[in-house]
Amino acid sequence: MAAAAAAAADEAERSRGRRAALCFAAIAVLLGLPLWWRTTETYRAALPYAGIAALGRLPFQLAVPVSVVFTPGSVPADLPRQLPYRDVREEPVPVGSRTDVAARYEEVYRSITAREAAALGAATPREADAALHALQDASPGSLTVYVVPESSSLLPQGTNVYMGKHRSALVRAGQGLAALRARLQQLTRVMSFTASSIAAALADRVPDGQLGPDARRHLKSSLGYEITFSLLNPDPKSHDVDWDIEGAVNRYVQPVLDKLSVVANFSVDSQILYYAVLGVTPRFDKESSSFLLSAHSLPHVINPVEARLGSSAASLYPVLNFLLYVPERSHSPLYIQDKDGAPVPTNAFHSPRWGGIMIYNIEAPASPQASLPLHVDVDMVRVMEVFLAQLRLLFGISREELPPEFQVESPGNEGLADWELDRLLWAHTVENIATVATTLTSLAQLLDQISNIVIKDDVASEVYRAVASVQDAMAELAEGRLRSAFQASKEAVTSSERAFFDPSLLHLLYFPDDQKFAIYIPLFLPMAVPILLSLAKILREARQRKKEPTKMD
Amino acid sequence: MREELLLRPLPAGDVAAAFQFRTRWDADLRRGAVSHYRLFPKALGQLVAAQGVRELHLALTQGFWRTRSWGQPPLGAPAGAELWVWFQDTVPDVDKAWKELSNILSGIFCASLNFIDSTNTVTPTASFKPLGLANGTDHRLLRYAVLPREVVCTENLTPWKKLLPCGSKAGLAVLLKAERLFHSSYHSQAVHIRPICRDASCLAVSWELRQTLTVVFDSFTSGQGKKDWSLFKMFSRTLTDACPLASESKVYVDISPKNEEKEFLEVTPTPTSVHKAVVQGDKRTYAVYDLLSPSLFNSSRSLNVQLKWKRPQDSRYIHYQPAQDRKRPHLLEMLIQLPANSVTKITIQFERALLKWTEYTPDPNHGFYVSPSVLSALVPSVVAMKDVDVEESPLFASLFPSSDGSSYFVRLYTEPLLVNLPTPDFSMPYNVICLTCTVVAVCYGSFYNLLTRTFHVEEPSRGGLAKRLANIIRKFRGVPPL
Repeated sequence: MAAAAAAAADEAERSRGRRAALCFAAIAVLLGLPLWWRTTETYRAALPYAGIAALGRLPFQLAVPVSVVFTPGSVPADLPRQLPYRDVREEPVPVGSRTDVAARYEEVYRSITAREAAALGAATPREADAALHALQDASPGSLTVYVVPESSSLLPQGTNVYMGKHRSALVRAGQGLAALRARLQQLTRVMSFTASSIAAALADRVPDGQLGPDARRHLKSSLGYEITFSLLNPDPKSHDVDWDIEGAVNRYVQPVLDKLSVVANFSVDSQILYYAVLGVTPRFDKESSSFLLSAHSLPHVINPVEARLGSSAASLYPVLNFLLYVPERSHSPLYIQDKDGAPVPTNAFHSPRWGGIMIYNIEAPASPQASLPLHVDVDMVRVMEVFLAQLRLLFGISREELPPEFQVESPGNEGLADWELDRLLWAHTVENIATVATTLTSLAQLLDQISNIVIKDDVASEVYRAVASVQDAMAELAEGRLRSAFQASKEAVTSSERAFFDPSLLHLLYFPDDQKFAIYIPLFLPMAVPILLSLAKILREARQRKKEPTKMD
Repeated sequence: MREELLLRPLPAGDVAAAFQFRTRWDADLRRGAVSHYRLFPKALGQLVAAQGVRELHLALTQGFWRTRSWGQPPLGAPAGAELWVWFQDTVPDVDKAWKELSNILSGIFCASLNFIDSTNTVTPTASFKPLGLANGTDHRLLRYAVLPREVVCTENLTPWKKLLPCGSKAGLAVLLKAERLFHSSYHSQAVHIRPICRDASCLAVSWELRQTLTVVFDSFTSGQGKKDWSLFKMFSRTLTDACPLASESKVYVDISPKNEEKEFLEVTPTPTSVHKAVVQGDKRTYAVYDLLSPSLFNSSRSLNVQLKWKRPQDSRYIHYQPAQDRKRPHLLEMLIQLPANSVTKITIQFERALLKWTEYTPDPNHGFYVSPSVLSALVPSVVAMKDVDVEESPLFASLFPSSDGSSYFVRLYTEPLLVNLPTPDFSMPYNVICLTCTVVAVCYGSFYNLLTRTFHVEEPSRGGLAKRLANIIRKFRGVPPL
């Protein structure tokens, strides 16, 4: 009896011990672990991960409002409806990336008003364009196409399409609606965006090899640019070179930049660098008794010069360098040779996303006794012509190859037609949106991979703002409001960059997980070992007890 | 642009070479103007324009100028980096501009000026008056900082050389070979930007950039005990041509006799001209043989009469700004009139304190630097100096403005002080964590043991070995067993 009582007491005691061990384990797991996790966790505000993931897949819909205005006698016979009427034409833009881009031309067909008809009565298309510009208040992105009769004498012979300085064009009616449609389609593409311009803007998403050679030439979209003109005079002993850069900038560059100020902020400065030499020794050519720089040595020219250019201290915007190089007396004249060995007529070359270099040869004085240094005033018209062409090229507003039936009005002093500006805005808006999507996606990926990154509330609010701005910009694009879409995309870029480069993200990056755990091991090990051992023991006993009843049977 | 090299044999046998390059820009550098740069470096011009700087003085120095054996420094600078800037009164937030400025300068000169923050920045009220044109000296626009730890080396010299119009390709700058310049007892390079009068009528403002470099060669040891020197021996280069952009390029060799020994120096080739000037109260002769009576100033340094004062008398102005921990340093400024032939001692007591563990530098046992103190003085000159046109006089005599000929300005820097602070054991936090964890684990272990151990009644048994042994012994003794 006593033995049985003792055994019963023993059993009660043992189960009490088991319960105590289980309690310990439960407290450690349910209370201790969460408490420890909570107190050592890095702070991370909630982020719109779903919104960020959706950004990368958002289909672009670019709406272009087009009004097609028919002059009397130009209305095609097979017009489907009575004027005026609306039509929406959608077509996909093949950019070859994961992103769907669709163009949506919202066309309004109407007949001409009396005042427009009067304006079209001008003698030349240029005058007509100027007169029409006064009548319309075209918002950025919109186009107005005036259809003139096939036999109209307004357009010169052989020209079927005339693109003005602003947002309007003149088109010959052609034979029937189909011919007109084809012309309109080509025209609207040239004046708004083409598949290649959108593909270049989405260059980050397009796999390599599918892009044209020009796609990576354009400058990345940025909130501002710095333009630096540098005069390199490697031989001040023999050449005293002077340039009227201030006048030239005011006369030629500033009008273009004023026009481009919608796109970004620009600042212009200039400097003269002495004893700055090219990194390549030119080859002497006996036939022409001149020095030659071959095309394949041009990549080596820039690096040694760049060390002297100096970085801009005052801002973080990308810098566009335009260098005017006056060769040393011992290396003059110096000509650039293209791949075929022919001298380049402008004697200049450009480097994608960096700037341009022009070589300016100084004619040797007639008499060798002329006193040194030779004073030279640079012909700024010649120089600025080249630099402005390079500037247009770097911004991606160079003319595309057009069929001969297209005639483009020269933009004059402004250097840039309104529709070219629109092209730039379309491309930059799309690029900005793509950039924001990439930035935010990489931020989300980083957060996923590195658990030590802190996200403060202000960073999180920047992310929210960026996502909202991108969605806003997409909506505005689909509505055809280019200006506000561009503004929204700019805000999105600012917010996303600020969030991505916030220094508070890095605060805890230097406390890796293994060190954190190493510090806690002296606490965890002595606590965990008894708990685990007793749990194992309980398990073993439970298994034994399960077996025992089967043995009794 | 003018350039100048002043070579001065020092009393101890060393040779001091002081380069000065001055670029003048007749344009207004202030905010908003379109900037087209010619000789003036664009990087500095943009900086001045963007941050609203009125005057900027940056000196990077390696080594200490030994005034006792070398005499007066041509341009004083403390060891390490020194930066003081006067801002325009249009700058809205001087502290922010100062922060940005020091960061940009740190990028331009590859120096760790970005470590300048509020803890080592002071706003002196009495010293560091503007050297250039200034209307009103509101000392709130002044910021001054010293980084005594800064080590100056080639990477600081290269960007400095890049600012010169001729680079290091022509002119005096050819001599600036880093390998030799840093193989010297003292090296100090500086950049001074200040507004100056464009002409005598002073109706328009020009900007002046002075780049100075002072280096002291120990010619005595490197020249096998001879005091002879040559440009080639010092710089391992010779001058070949002048910078074609410079309007003036001169080398001055100080050949004034130093004492009554009438030590004759021979300069080859024969100097083109002879220049006599009064520099720092001392009549100096450059490139000619001339006798100069030792001035009172020179003899007073060798006087050994000590007259100790309990505390400085006649202190008419004391400005003391106490420090705030981790926010700003102490600033003590005193305007004292020193009696002749006296020693004035200023002592400051300080306590050593423990810092926060993150505030220690990576090598805490090296010690912590206390910035050198600065002594600015207008020293009465025995030699009357006539007013000279700034444009005419050599550069080494024209940085500090002198109001009249009766006194000259001198700024002396003391050595930086290296203080050993109590250094904690940096593995201590880990030790504490380990110890605490162990204590907790021990307590927890016994507690756990107590609670989970199963107790049951032990059947009395025949006893163990000890009991049996005890019983055997008891049996022998005749006592009843246990």
